[in-house]
Amino acid sequence: MNYETVIGLEVHLQLKTKSKAFCGCSTEFGQEPNTQVCPVCLGFPGSLPVFNQTALDYAIKVALALNCKIQEYTKFDRKNYFYPDLPKNYQISQYDLPLSLAGYLDIELEERQKRIGITRVHMEEDAGKLIHQENFSLVDFNRTGIPLLEIVSEPDISSPEEAHEYLTTLKSVIQYLDVSDCDMEKGSLRCDANISLRPVGAKTLGVKTELKNMNSFKGVKDALAYEIQRQAGLLDSKKTLIQETRLWDAKAAQTLPMRTKEGAKDYRYFPEPDLAPFIIKEDKIAEIKKTIPELPKEKIKRFVKDFGLSEYDAKVLVALKETAQFSEECLKEYRDSNKKPVANWIIGPLAALASNNACEITDLKISAASLVELIELVEKKQVISNLTGKIVLEEMLKTGKGAQKIIEEKNLAQISDSGSLNVIIAEIIKENPKSVADYKTGKANALMFLVGQVMRKSSGKANPKAVQDLLKEKLESV
Amino acid sequence: MELSRLTAHELLEKIRNKEITSEQIHSDLNKKIEELDPKVKAYVRTSHTLNPEPSVNLKGIPVSIKDNICTEGYHTECCSKILAGFNPPYNATVINRIIASGNSFLGLKCNMDEFAFGSSTENSCFGPTHNPWNLECVPGGSSGGSAAAVAADEAIWALGTDTGGSIRQPASFCGVVGLKPTYGRVSRFGLIAFASSLDQIGPLTKDVRDAALLMNIISGYDANDSTSVNTPVPDYTKDLINDIKGMRVGIPKEYFVKGLDPEVKAAVEEAISKLKSLGAQFKEVSLPHTEYAVPVYYIIATAEASSNLARFDAVQYGLREDQKSLIDMYKKTRQLGFGDEAKRRILLGTFALSHGYYDAYYLRAQKVRTLIKQDFDNVFKDFDCIITPTSPTPAFKIGEKTDDPLKMYLSDIYTISVNLAGIPAISVPCGFTKKGLPVGLQILSQHFNEGALLRLAYTYEQNTGWHKIKLKL
Repeated sequence: MNYETVIGLEVHLQLKTKSKAFCGCSTEFGQEPNTQVCPVCLGFPGSLPVFNQTALDYAIKVALALNCKIQEYTKFDRKNYFYPDLPKNYQISQYDLPLSLAGYLDIELEERQKRIGITRVHMEEDAGKLIHQENFSLVDFNRTGIPLLEIVSEPDISSPEEAHEYLTTLKSVIQYLDVSDCDMEKGSLRCDANISLRPVGAKTLGVKTELKNMNSFKGVKDALAYEIQRQAGLLDSKKTLIQETRLWDAKAAQTLPMRTKEGAKDYRYFPEPDLAPFIIKEDKIAEIKKTIPELPKEKIKRFVKDFGLSEYDAKVLVALKETAQFSEECLKEYRDSNKKPVANWIIGPLAALASNNACEITDLKISAASLVELIELVEKKQVISNLTGKIVLEEMLKTGKGAQKIIEEKNLAQISDSGSLNVIIAEIIKENPKSVADYKTGKANALMFLVGQVMRKSSGKANPKAVQDLLKEKLESV
Repeated sequence: MELSRLTAHELLEKIRNKEITSEQIHSDLNKKIEELDPKVKAYVRTSHTLNPEPSVNLKGIPVSIKDNICTEGYHTECCSKILAGFNPPYNATVINRIIASGNSFLGLKCNMDEFAFGSSTENSCFGPTHNPWNLECVPGGSSGGSAAAVAADEAIWALGTDTGGSIRQPASFCGVVGLKPTYGRVSRFGLIAFASSLDQIGPLTKDVRDAALLMNIISGYDANDSTSVNTPVPDYTKDLINDIKGMRVGIPKEYFVKGLDPEVKAAVEEAISKLKSLGAQFKEVSLPHTEYAVPVYYIIATAEASSNLARFDAVQYGLREDQKSLIDMYKKTRQLGFGDEAKRRILLGTFALSHGYYDAYYLRAQKVRTLIKQDFDNVFKDFDCIITPTSPTPAFKIGEKTDDPLKMYLSDIYTISVNLAGIPAISVPCGFTKKGLPVGLQILSQHFNEGALLRLAYTYEQNTGWHKIKLKL
């Protein structure tokens, strides 16, 4: 049978505030276990939480960027459950009056856009980390109390690819806001998925599975793809699906049922009496709105419009906030109405260089001005060839010197004057009578071969276009 | 002269006049404790914490502290086995305020009902405290240790905590002054929570002036407690005015009904006529939702308690019963660590918050709580204070009500509404029964109007002198 897939994602996002949500402890990642703790985040008796206002500002910023309606009156609730990584045995979270509701995120699919509904964005505190040994378990409370946002999507996602795109777009937006590292490996972004299948056209939802333990966006995609096959197989063979939580095993590339305790979970939510409900005023929202930068979606549109870039190029340049800023500087600096070469250089050689150095483009010590100087020397002034340009770029990174200087020092400038080129061309014509004859009989390839030979003899410094023109001229007269 | 018999303000005067030193007060107090506490048992762990570090702890007037208020370096166990050995690495804000005021706290902690669950101090893992006026009787609770210590001159003054009457009822049973401040007036940081939306720390003292003095010390906004309120703290001693002419006082008819002990009723009525003669204007008022206060309280307080006490899980501190599995460790530790009343309240609260029952119990209770609060708001539009008995009976016998929790819960019937509404109230001695047990008069006022309570209580005290009647042990 044909099924359609219904997916909803639940993303947990660590906010990168300096201190934790309800105490002054540092949130720095990777410190010695249990060195960033205090009586409050350890849940010691008598300690009380005090809400970090920066965490609230960040949360509002994210909710606004996701087009959510900020609720005027909001409060914290206690979610009660026993677990050793939760020192109070309740989590401070939000239940019936969350920070914000009813937003959306537009994602770009091949040739179309899709709007994914955001059910809610709410605030809560992170739990600690259990480290399991052979016969015992240890607990690290450094993470306990780090501010978290839970971003719940509507079940509007219809394929693993859409889920992947949703996460990529979400990450890009959040990084633009500069409120989270969004690093799935470090756990600053975590994603659970709900997935169910139903016969195409059916109105009611099928039995859903909750997927956990995915450690990358690809993991989410793979787990969903696996789950579609598994569920479809069961449905095809008329077996009943049970509602359950399954864990993704990336190595085995399969989902396995999580061992759970019997009985339904009852978190016994109730309003957190240690924190008064609070009102978020319109002027605060307006103030935070002002701090939201131009987001990727708008930036792509503008890059296409202002710089005449293709949608694809713009999207690649804009994906990371820092790269986008760098690219925009380059695009503005480049004195030509055709900006395509700038995009090509950034997406091509510069990105390759960054990738070889295992860093981002903006981590390379190459300024926008110096990159533009190089691009202009190659593309506009044609002082050097494209190939030489790449060599110069590497040299720029190594030495920190400007392109012009490197070209001069290494004598890399192209030979364009007909005097020097004609000497080489004459030699090549003499050395390759067969190719010359071929050219005469109309074989176009022969010309390119001869150009190549001239380039080689000039150690790559000859201007290929000039060589071609001069060669054609000479060959006519042979 | 026995310094331990004096009030804090009398002692401060003598220190100021260089007649005595703080060391003398401490040594006098220690003598008294060694003499009387084997009978009264107001303090716990006396054997190993009797002034363990005298050198650091001898400034000003020592305050005796209930065992649920964190004192750095001193055991703070809420008189529960589950917190055995818990030594907080921090002081409660009130303790820091006491130290900052130039005073000190006693190295001993006062007995209490486990986690403040009770009205008789019988639910303590260290055994009951005895009422100094009659050692066969309870001192009230849950701050029974603090009240008994003050009454027996084993303390100069003390801090208790009040969630549903736990300062005022023992004050009334022991013949001392007990004040429950407005919710948010005193920081709860470092108070091991019973019911977070109801708990307040407050003074138990020998007279009203000491209550005002201790309020000056402990009150005020605390950035570490989000429920503390940032309003200025007046000098409460300025309210100690022996004049109540024109004060408008309400007498709620719902409080003078069946179940009120005739001797208590008589004492309170006599107090009312005394206050009338001093110029206060009395009128009967109505607090129509009074009858729901006890059930509402026992839903909200136990719901919060069930969550607050979840942290006692043997992982980081306190009792640990090692078992093969995590769940078994939780179960065994909590089974052995909590007393019967704690278990009863955790179960009640867990039930009230459970799926399918939340709306019928917790949510409805919160709505009725709002109505109870509105009852008071309405009365305080026209009145400065309300006067009631503190407790329907004088102190009862040890063991008398332990088998009947419901009967026990009803001994807080006059004090509970105050916590639900968040308003302040004071209990002052207003006489004795024929058998010589103290009776307490309760005065209530609106939010942050502790001044009115103090003024009325002070005037009454100055014109009656009940506080001067000392027991003989």
